[in-house]
Amino acid sequence: MSATLTEAKETVRTEPSPNPEPRRRRPSRRVVLLGSAALTWLLGFLFLHGTATLALPTSELTDLHRTLNHFNSWVASNRTDNPVFLYLLSPLRTGVDAVANAFTTIFAASTTGLRLPEIGWLGTVALLGWIAWAVGNARVALLTVAVFVFFGLQGLFVEAAYTFALVLTAVLLSLCVGIPLGVLAGVSSRFQKAVTPVLDFMQILPSFVYLAPLALVFLIGPASAVIATVIYAAPPIIRLTAHGIRGIPENTREASDSLGTTGLQRLFTLQIPMAKRTIVMGINQGTMAALSMVTIAALIAAPGLGQVVVRALQSLDVGTAVNAGLSIVLMAIVLDRVTTAASERAKPKTQRRQSKLPRRLRTILLAAGFAIVLVLIQLSRTVLWAAQFPQEVNFGPDIVNGVAGASDWLQTHLSLLTETFREGMTVSLLNPFQTVLTDTPFFIIFAVLALAAYAFGGWKLTALVLGCLAAIVYLGLWGDAMATLASTLVATVIVMLLGVVFGVAMGRSKRLDNFLRPILDAGQTLPSFVYLVPFLGLFGATRFTAIVAGVIYAAPAAIKIMADGITGVSPTVVEAAVSSGSTPWQVITKVQLPMARKSLGLAANQGLIYVLAMVVVGALVGAGGLGYDVVGGFVQSSLFGKGLAAGLAIVFLGILLDRITQAAAFAAPARSHRTAKPTPNSVPTTKEA
Amino acid sequence: MRKTSVIRRVVPALAGAAATALLLAGCGGSSLNQTAAADGSKASCGTVNVALNAWVGYTANAAVYSYVAKDKLGCTVVQKDLNEQIAWQGFGSGEVDVIIENWGHADLAKQYITDQAVAVDAGPTGNKGRIGWYVPPWLAKAHPDILDSKNLNKYASLLKTSESGGKGQLLDGDPAFVTNDEALVKNLNLDYKVVYSGSEASLIQSFRAAEKNKTPLLGYFYEPQWFLSEVPLAKVNLPKWTKGCDADAEKIACDYPDYTLNKIISKKFADSGSPAAKLAKAFSWTNADQDSVATDIQNGMKPEAAAKKWVDAHPEQVAAWLK
Repeated sequence: MSATLTEAKETVRTEPSPNPEPRRRRPSRRVVLLGSAALTWLLGFLFLHGTATLALPTSELTDLHRTLNHFNSWVASNRTDNPVFLYLLSPLRTGVDAVANAFTTIFAASTTGLRLPEIGWLGTVALLGWIAWAVGNARVALLTVAVFVFFGLQGLFVEAAYTFALVLTAVLLSLCVGIPLGVLAGVSSRFQKAVTPVLDFMQILPSFVYLAPLALVFLIGPASAVIATVIYAAPPIIRLTAHGIRGIPENTREASDSLGTTGLQRLFTLQIPMAKRTIVMGINQGTMAALSMVTIAALIAAPGLGQVVVRALQSLDVGTAVNAGLSIVLMAIVLDRVTTAASERAKPKTQRRQSKLPRRLRTILLAAGFAIVLVLIQLSRTVLWAAQFPQEVNFGPDIVNGVAGASDWLQTHLSLLTETFREGMTVSLLNPFQTVLTDTPFFIIFAVLALAAYAFGGWKLTALVLGCLAAIVYLGLWGDAMATLASTLVATVIVMLLGVVFGVAMGRSKRLDNFLRPILDAGQTLPSFVYLVPFLGLFGATRFTAIVAGVIYAAPAAIKIMADGITGVSPTVVEAAVSSGSTPWQVITKVQLPMARKSLGLAANQGLIYVLAMVVVGALVGAGGLGYDVVGGFVQSSLFGKGLAAGLAIVFLGILLDRITQAAAFAAPARSHRTAKPTPNSVPTTKEA
Repeated sequence: MRKTSVIRRVVPALAGAAATALLLAGCGGSSLNQTAAADGSKASCGTVNVALNAWVGYTANAAVYSYVAKDKLGCTVVQKDLNEQIAWQGFGSGEVDVIIENWGHADLAKQYITDQAVAVDAGPTGNKGRIGWYVPPWLAKAHPDILDSKNLNKYASLLKTSESGGKGQLLDGDPAFVTNDEALVKNLNLDYKVVYSGSEASLIQSFRAAEKNKTPLLGYFYEPQWFLSEVPLAKVNLPKWTKGCDADAEKIACDYPDYTLNKIISKKFADSGSPAAKLAKAFSWTNADQDSVATDIQNGMKPEAAAKKWVDAHPEQVAAWLK
């Protein structure tokens, strides 16, 4: 992995990979190992390229894939009489379906009569605004009301309400699952140890990969969508709950113990209340993850905004896709802001900014507000204009046509430019890179990665890496995995370039930081899906589109980590360098970047994981490799087994990249405490600080 | 202290929720929905879930079927965007009642119609389907021998792109579409790579651009298809289809069969006696009919409006469906 970065450095002139530091101190064993890894690769590629590449054509299957295909038909034929289905899975599906149905009936559409929801648009807007006010503050309440009215103006109120109802269902169920597990992981180290790898696994798995097996077991429909979303949204909740409980100072706990509290008393009177704010932050992250998943679950018949985007992607209707994409973005912003405001409110009173309203007055106002909400709800149940958003005030078509016009104009007038750019990048960067990976014999890559792993993490890491690689070979998808790796690495290199450039700029200028950070925060909350839309319009359906989308998706995380790293460099050191006559360039390259080395590694780590998730989703618009196998397995029953195998291969690839970059990031200094790994779409903890 | 503050906030919220529940229960009788539901004289049809696959021909069928069901029978029609094979899974879960244009899928028919008995064949749509490899007309004129698959290797270098890894490019559509192309390329020893464009729309865009800019292109395409009247693509001849030559998906080396497109409806829906189920069985029209509706949709008409236009122009045919 790091050998690749080193190689890339020669051609692309990217930032230094995390290993130049030791070179200066001592030309250590690590450098020798990495050098020999690069050399092995070079020689292997030069003399053996094209042999033992283990490429498997897209339509061909291995015996393993066929066996997995049988699983498909086995499930189909055993659904009605196998006890696991009869007593566990089918009731689970029915239960979840009932909950999801209840919420969609309340907010989106009932199944009877005029298909009006139980609460019409006016009531929904009022109720949600009131809830935002109650858990957060008046500002987020206003935002909520404005955004939901805007959905109506876009002509997408019903779709947005479906999406909201499913997110709500999924988040509630995630809390039911996540908080008890999180508390358990917080109080029991053994449980924590057992559950962490599972959570890692669940978070590295791109959301897309969940859908096929879940749809197989739970059939398509809202129930499967909600179950997939719960699996995806629960890990951050579990992690942060555990983190919050563990974060309580030891002496506070001892003080409580000395009063003779029992375990349960301690949990409910001390640990959970004190961890409340962290738990609410977990809810925030879980909610964002849920929104991201619910939109993608459109592929298994989850109703809502995702369906509009999927349909628009398929008909290359950029206008409609942007209109619906905008709704998703706004929904993300509302959910993020409201849950963030809630976590602010959950802070202990002493740390909180005092609100202007006295508590008693606020309660009275809330009660009065609720009375108004009730009136509006009743109105929205009995009067048509309050139940169904008036069609007359609908500027959705204007947005659609405007964007479509702009996109057509771009495509006709810039097609030469975008096409040249795309072709240039594909031919000069992506294809050679992919060839280097796919045409090198697999055992050479094994050796190269093993050497790199040993250099960073010793035997343990080497064993893990070799295990992952062997698993990918066993799954029969080596060639595709290498193609995916190539796209991922190309995108990550670009992400890191952006990360360093913007991160340094932000780290050095407080004003730029203040300006960019909210944009980056917003960028991180968007579901991955949305990023495909604009680039599909510009670059058409190719691998390149997926890479560009991946870069944009991953860049905010990398930039923020870098900016924090640069800001974290001790100002006295920088001052010393400046006073000794260093130019700004020297300060950046000799002081700030080397001292922020750990952030570089961390940014590369997060960048890789984000990009990997996107490259897989990018298969929807023409990206190949493992992502295509997953999509193919999802939509063609003859490829089901291969898709399942590809999903697993993505996990192994993700674990491998994650562990090597982590080891590289923490290799030189003592391995420091690793905080909860943010999911894609997570809102980083630095934001609330 | 902290505990009381929690209570203070939770209590009104709970009270509010309870009040809402009471309100919903208490005043429910007068809601618009229930008034409408009570007025059930014409709503005997209930709800029909129609799967919506991602090609315009299918959209045309679905639009006309939905329009007739809604307008003439008073049904509530719910359209769901689903991939063609995924949609079959919906028969079991009740998510899908009707697939209004099905291309073969013998394996799925066996699984869902024969084995699980959750779906039934509702007869042909009247459309004849054809799948194959096509080139833009200018290319067929410039190199007439490209239309024989035996000569394709000669043109591999001409059809090379940055996506096809040094081989000729065969452009496919949505990965969900019925395709044997990967197997064909391999078993006919063609020096080509299948590249997926992702959708019908991008296939059409590519063919249109290829004809306009006179760039070479070989791609997967199918009839009935409105686009063929805009750009009459030329079909490449693959080795002739014979019965059973496509039995083993991995060893296929022959052309696609001619498809008799049909409709599949769920068993429950078929047995429900709903007039919409009867309509689904009776629905039948020609390729020309479908192309005319599809062309209207493609030219920017809403599917519903295009369907209305066709239905208004063909009153007897629609009346025959409803008999």
